[in-house]
Formats: sequence, structure tokens, C-alpha cells
Amino acid sequence: MFRNQYDQDVVTWSPQGRIHQIEYAMEAVKQGSAVVGLKSKTHVVLASIKRTSAELGAFQRKLFKIDDHVGIGASGLISDGRSISRFLRNECLSHRFVFEQPIQVSRLVRDLADRAQVATQRSWKRPYGVGILSAGYDKTGSHLYYNCPSGAYYDYKAMAIGARSQAAKTYLERNFEEFAGADVDALLQHSLKALSASVTEDELSADNTAVALVGQGTPFTILEGDALKPYLAALKADEDVPPPGDGEGEMAEATDAAASAGEPAAPEEGAPAAEGPAPMED
Amino acid sequence: MVDPKAAAAVHSGHDPIKHTTSPYVTGTSVLGVTYRDGVLLAADTLGSYGSTKRYKSFERLCKVNDQTIIGAGGELSDFQYILTLLEELSNEDFCADDDAKLSPKEIYAYLSRVLYNRRSKMDPLWNSLVVGGVQDGKPFLGTITMLGVHYSDDHIATGFGQMLARPLFRERHRPDMSEEEATQLLHEGLRVCYYRDKQTTNKFQIAKVTTEGTTISEPFALETKWDYKAFVNPGALAMGTW
Repeated sequence: MFRNQYDQDVVTWSPQGRIHQIEYAMEAVKQGSAVVGLKSKTHVVLASIKRTSAELGAFQRKLFKIDDHVGIGASGLISDGRSISRFLRNECLSHRFVFEQPIQVSRLVRDLADRAQVATQRSWKRPYGVGILSAGYDKTGSHLYYNCPSGAYYDYKAMAIGARSQAAKTYLERNFEEFAGADVDALLQHSLKALSASVTEDELSADNTAVALVGQGTPFTILEGDALKPYLAALKADEDVPPPGDGEGEMAEATDAAASAGEPAAPEEGAPAAEGPAPMED
Repeated sequence: MVDPKAAAAVHSGHDPIKHTTSPYVTGTSVLGVTYRDGVLLAADTLGSYGSTKRYKSFERLCKVNDQTIIGAGGELSDFQYILTLLEELSNEDFCADDDAKLSPKEIYAYLSRVLYNRRSKMDPLWNSLVVGGVQDGKPFLGTITMLGVHYSDDHIATGFGQMLARPLFRERHRPDMSEEEATQLLHEGLRVCYYRDKQTTNKFQIAKVTTEGTTISEPFALETKWDYKAFVNPGALAMGTW
């Protein structure tokens, strides 16, 4: 029934030096649908896949606006994510009330991390079962952070979390050098391409996808439904370019075609993802 | 007469609640002007105990961070407490280590919240504060009263300075003044305060904040002239006085 005798509560160490309850919480993050985040010097984009519990059900939202300059994407227990949203919104509001300026994104995610950490050190609590990607823009620039249930938090140029996020991560790792100088549309296309690598059964649609954008002069905005259709159409147009053949010459041609379609060239685009199901995270 | 509530509080082991109902050691006016490159604040260095010139070298102008300075009049112990609050905020900025420092406008907003909060508890911090700084390359100058009333302007004076120095500022101040002109204007303001406000001493400091950072001058004295006719016989033109 139990995996071992040291995983019953969050305050007990295993002899191997692990706290299993925290690790289980981190597993919960991987069971949520994927969220991708990436940033340029001036903007940050989040992209998410929304799930539905039944044919007749609506798709569950997992991107939340926190303030004009910051928003989050959650993967794992979305109910925990909503609770975190409320906390973050309150933090933003009280900071604005006292200082009449938006809070620094780094301070906001640190406050969240402190809260998550306390939940790992109290016998009557449990860790959050959700991973949070935070996208924000403030006077120190654009920021993308990942908050882990363990209470650790990380600063990223680009990151993907949730089910099959390794495929999206692979895309991001191969293309991240273009992100810093990319314009908003290019960032959005990159986010959708990365996200589509993490999809197996269906493909990205206006119903099951949501992206969010924040940056210089751009308050946090969620694009979904009809607002997203032009971007998905652009993604589709990009994918319909003939796939690269065996020879290197053909490869170069395909790249040129992609460039002429109005998108920055992505030489290795689709290479790992197009060959079959993306590798699962272990 | 013994206050029964206070007596009961003492007996139950709690101190009675103590509020400031009047200030004890006080500073007088603080003057401030914006100019081409930033902001200048000026004040004397006197801490008065009632009418006694009790502390003659109390520095009422302080640096908050590289882009912000603050000056205070009123209860000086309350000002020292306010400085500890700002010190805590600066420490937090240092510990966060994210290159974000509190801006002058944030400090101004924060202090107005603190002073209004305390007056709402019927326990005011008995100060008039002046915050000066440079934010996004532009000078910022604002003042906050003990009631939490706050406003920002191109030139500011608290207390007696509002009546004595402000008229001079209104006449002569320009936002594009040079540092020398602005210093000259402040000297005039300080001199008038010294002539007509008995709580002012002839020992002043001027604090400067620009994009380059902050400096606070060593204390200095101004030339004064007391043999004006009006000073020799001040009652001559005012019937019924001496």
C-alpha cells in the first residue's frame, strides 16, 4: 500500500536523505498539462494547454492575471494554483497601496517561495501540489520564474513544466538564443511551437490553448479562443511548409521557406517532436 | 488625580497606553527646492527643548539611499524612529540583492501611509517631513505632515518656513535654476527664517541629490546684519507694541 515507511508525512526524513512527500508534490506538477514560458529583453510569454474533464465540459483555465505587470501559469493541482493566485494578488495590492508602485517580480516570487517552503516544514501542512511559472515585467526588466512545491524558485530564460514538458524544453533549448532579441509575434510563435511539441493526441486549437503576454508597455493579457486563432493559423502555415528531406541542401531550402513565411528560421524545428511521441519525464 | 483606567492597567501588569500629545525636542523649518540637476534641501541643526536651545548640532537632513534624501521638523525622536523604519526597508533591498532600490516616490508614498496610519491610531508621529530625490532623471520633491497630508511641488517649506521662505521661493524659483542659484535662494530663505523664527539657529546644512548621488554639507553659518532700522527699533512703526 505504501511505497515505503518514510513517506507518511512531510516532516520525516528517509535514511537516504529525502523527504518523499515533497517529491510526491513535485510529481503532481508533472501530471498537470504543460505550461511553457519564454522571454525576450522586453516581453515574456506564457503558453498553456487546457484540459477538459468530459466531452461536455469546459476547458480548465490555468493562466491567471495577478496584476498589470505580472501573471502566472500553473501546472498540477489547479485548486492550489488558484489559492496561490489569491495570495499573489493580495501581495501585489498591498504593495501598491503602500508604495504606489508595482511590486518587483523577484520579491513577489520570493514571497511565494517562502510560503511554499513553510508548508514543507510543518507537520500539520502539506506542500503545494502545483508548479508556478511567473511572467512579469518591472523596472529591472522582463522576468520568468519557476516556483517549485519544495519552496525552491528558479530564474529562467525559457522553461516548460507539466506533462510531456521535456519535448517543449528540448525545443526551447535548441532555440533560446533567438529569444532575447525576438519581437512579440516571434515570441508567441516560439511559445506555440514549443507547446505543440508537448501535445500528442489532439493538436493545439483555439479551445484547448491559451497564451499570455506581458512586457514593456503591454499589461498582462491572456489570449484565448478567437483572439488566439490568427496565431494558431500562423503556426499551422509554418508547419505546412514541406518537411526537410535527407540532403542538407533540401534542409536549407526548407529553412528559407520558413523564413519567407514571415517567421524567424528555426533550423531544427520539429526534428525531435515530429518523429513520434515525445519522451515522458521519468 | 489618579486615572482609574491607568491605575487598573498598572495593577494588571500592563503599562497604560501612552500617546504623544505634544512634542518635546523639536526641529523647526525644512526648506527644499528643485533645480536643473536635482533637489536641494536645507535646515538648521537645532533641537529645541521648548524654548531652550537644547541640542545645537542635531542633523535633521539624512540620506535614505543614493537617490533619496529626507529632512524633518517636529519631534526629533519620532524622526529617529522614522529613520529606523527606512533603514529596515533599505536593508530589505540590500538582502533581496536584485538591483531594485526604493525610489523617492515610493519612500514618499510609504511615509505618507505610515504617518496617516499613526494619526488614525490617535498616536501621531509629530513630524513634518520633506522627501527629495531624483527619479527617472527628473527631480522629485514632496512633503508630508503629521496628519498624513502630503503634496509634491517644485519648492517646499515646512513650519515657519512656509510663511517666511515660501514667498521668496514663489518669486524667484525656476525649475531650470543652476545649483549656485538654487543654493543662493535657499540661503536667502534660511536667513529670513533665522531673523524671524526664534527656534532657528545660525548653523545650517544643505543636502543635495542628483543623478550622481547624494551629499550633505558640513554645517555652516550665514552672514547676518542686525542694524536695519526696523531691527533697531521694531516698535517704531507698529502702534501699541514696544
